[in-house]
Amino acid sequence: MSIGSVPLRFKVELDSERCMKCGRCVENCSYGVFRKEGENIVVANPRGCVACHRCLAFCPRDAISIYEKPTDYRSHPVWTREVREAVFNQAKTGRIIVAGMGNVLPYPEIFDRLVLDACQVTNPSIDPLREPMELRTYIGKKPAALAVKEKKNGDAELLTQISPNLKLETPIMIGHMSYGAISLNAQTALAKAVTKMGTFMGTGEGGLHESLYPYQDHMIVQVASGRFGVDINYLERGAAIEIKIGQGAKPGIGGHLPGEKVCADVSCTRMIPEGSDAISPAPHHDIYSIEDLKQLVHSLKEATEWKKPVFVKIAAVHNSAAIAAGIARSGADAVVIDGFRGGTGAAPRVFRDHVGMPVEAAVASVDAKLRKQGIRNEVSIIASGGIRQSADIAKIICLGADAVYIGTSALVAMGCRVCGTCNRGTCAWGIATQRPELTQRLDPETNAVQVANLIHAWTDEIAELMGAAGINSIESLRGNRDRLRGYMLDEGLLNVLDVKTVGA
Amino acid sequence: MAAVRIDAKDLHYTPLNQQIRKAVSDGVKEIVIDNVLGQRFIADGLRGDDVTVTVNGVPGGDLAMFMSGPTVIVHGNADHAPGNTMNQGKVIVHGSAGDATAHSMRGGRVYIRDNIGYRGGIHMKQYREKRPILVVGGSARAFLGEYMAGGLLIVLGLNGQIPVAERGVGSGIHGGEIFVRGEVEARYLGVGAKQLPATAEQMAMIQPIIEDFAKSFGLDPAPILKEKYSRIAAASARPFANKYTPE
Repeated sequence: MSIGSVPLRFKVELDSERCMKCGRCVENCSYGVFRKEGENIVVANPRGCVACHRCLAFCPRDAISIYEKPTDYRSHPVWTREVREAVFNQAKTGRIIVAGMGNVLPYPEIFDRLVLDACQVTNPSIDPLREPMELRTYIGKKPAALAVKEKKNGDAELLTQISPNLKLETPIMIGHMSYGAISLNAQTALAKAVTKMGTFMGTGEGGLHESLYPYQDHMIVQVASGRFGVDINYLERGAAIEIKIGQGAKPGIGGHLPGEKVCADVSCTRMIPEGSDAISPAPHHDIYSIEDLKQLVHSLKEATEWKKPVFVKIAAVHNSAAIAAGIARSGADAVVIDGFRGGTGAAPRVFRDHVGMPVEAAVASVDAKLRKQGIRNEVSIIASGGIRQSADIAKIICLGADAVYIGTSALVAMGCRVCGTCNRGTCAWGIATQRPELTQRLDPETNAVQVANLIHAWTDEIAELMGAAGINSIESLRGNRDRLRGYMLDEGLLNVLDVKTVGA
Repeated sequence: MAAVRIDAKDLHYTPLNQQIRKAVSDGVKEIVIDNVLGQRFIADGLRGDDVTVTVNGVPGGDLAMFMSGPTVIVHGNADHAPGNTMNQGKVIVHGSAGDATAHSMRGGRVYIRDNIGYRGGIHMKQYREKRPILVVGGSARAFLGEYMAGGLLIVLGLNGQIPVAERGVGSGIHGGEIFVRGEVEARYLGVGAKQLPATAEQMAMIQPIIEDFAKSFGLDPAPILKEKYSRIAAASARPFANKYTPE
């Protein structure tokens, strides 16, 4: 190989003064970095290190340090390290580069250039400790008008038939991460957390494992292009059904779970043979038009006797607003907009980094388009992809979202360090792997508490932000762009977001 | 229990399906629907292993979608995607069917007497005892059995037709098998599909299925079985294994 090896990504240092030679790092590292040699522990294979910090987190003596990029290339503003190393990789292999997690390019973060409002003097802020704060959120169609009839006793009888809605105690849901992409223990922890918090999670396109049936009233079952694990039993179990058209991390392409990850249990849940590749085609082959989408929405409703809301998830792309308007007319109850910062188990690097758009701009334009067409009540908007903190949630609700899906942040609550190697199936945290010796590291009980804690803390923070802005109901925050100002955003983007600049 | 007849004239599919479901839950085994004209989703998600639904007329798209158990017999043509994501049961169409017939089907059988449109049997898959079977009497259009992950697809090319004479046959196939009476011209095979003459063992496997198909339409199976068949299957179980490299 004339290219030779590329510089180490991470340098792993073991402080022999501090090391007590307990061997926890050797046991915990699933990438074979450490080795016991006689009495000592050595860093045998630093090239294997992905900086997942599993060793460091379990070292009782803080003896391990990890340094990123210990070797410099000649710096160059155009020929970055990443660009050069991708060329090396593809020159050697001739293949498409895949990786886990989301977009790694340093695009400006719109969230961080939006600031929230707070009350001063002229209108008082509300103390959430003293006053009730309404964060309950309903996802689904809202009637454009209500017809009522007065009964003889003076009571009103509602004549309008209300479409099924999901009732969320917080506007935070957990997005679709399939069994296969993540472990059953990880899914179980998430399921316990959403059940405790009165919210919902997605199954992803991996079916619904039997052991999760007790949480089915808090699960949104997904129907994607591979139709894995989809039968009438599955559809009836879900609290809602989501048609996945696209994903923010890889818009326009399908998915591909390699045979190595299809163990006996995954095979049973997806309903495919053990060890076979699970290939989800790029399009749904029964949806080649917006009319066909309507047909799939209706077929799912008809199969489940019109009892369940049906969501449609699309990746945020150039024409999201027009597409969402089509979805709103398809009979769907909610549209999920997945921004290009969304994570994934595996995506081609070229898609992950270069296709799609930020969720902030997509949600704002979808909300504006639906309002302009007078059909905003027909669908709820769920924002997903790159929600990192409660402030992001408050801001995206101001831009028009009804609720959010979180994904990566829920995994981080279970120990994930965002090392970005989910695609390799050797996740040392027991999250993105199906190896029994690794998945057993993840205790569903304690991790459920951590995920529930995160949702609880963010919900509290949203309540505080609302109170500070003099708002006591999430309904009054939704689409309330007056509570946002753009800081150093250009005029074009301010127009798209329909937000004024700071000082205006 | 006596058969139930439903008049579908000017009836929307939802009340139609409600009547079908009610009949099934009442224990009716024979349901006959007359004057069907384009109603979609007939028997969508319907259960009941020993229930037979006879459709007189032309049903709309997604007939027997997600269906799990019953037999649906159509006296007429079917629109697109009959047997879509079907789980179990049987669909017998005395006529032709549209695009994406048996799309993503995971169990049971779909018999189409005449022809089917594009993307027939696309992404069919199998698991353990669940092995979907699609048999087409006439011919199929392009992309037959594309992305097929399991199951069995047979195209007979009866009445002097060429079973399939368009591109993309079995492209991306990584499981299951396609049999055609005669053979598919090599230029029409999709990426990753490989064609070989059917062996005696394979013929013995499909013979009872073809006999059952013939019986369903009152045909004599002997002349159908007399000719040579070809089998198209995956050239590799991992068609995309060499496409990717980790970052």
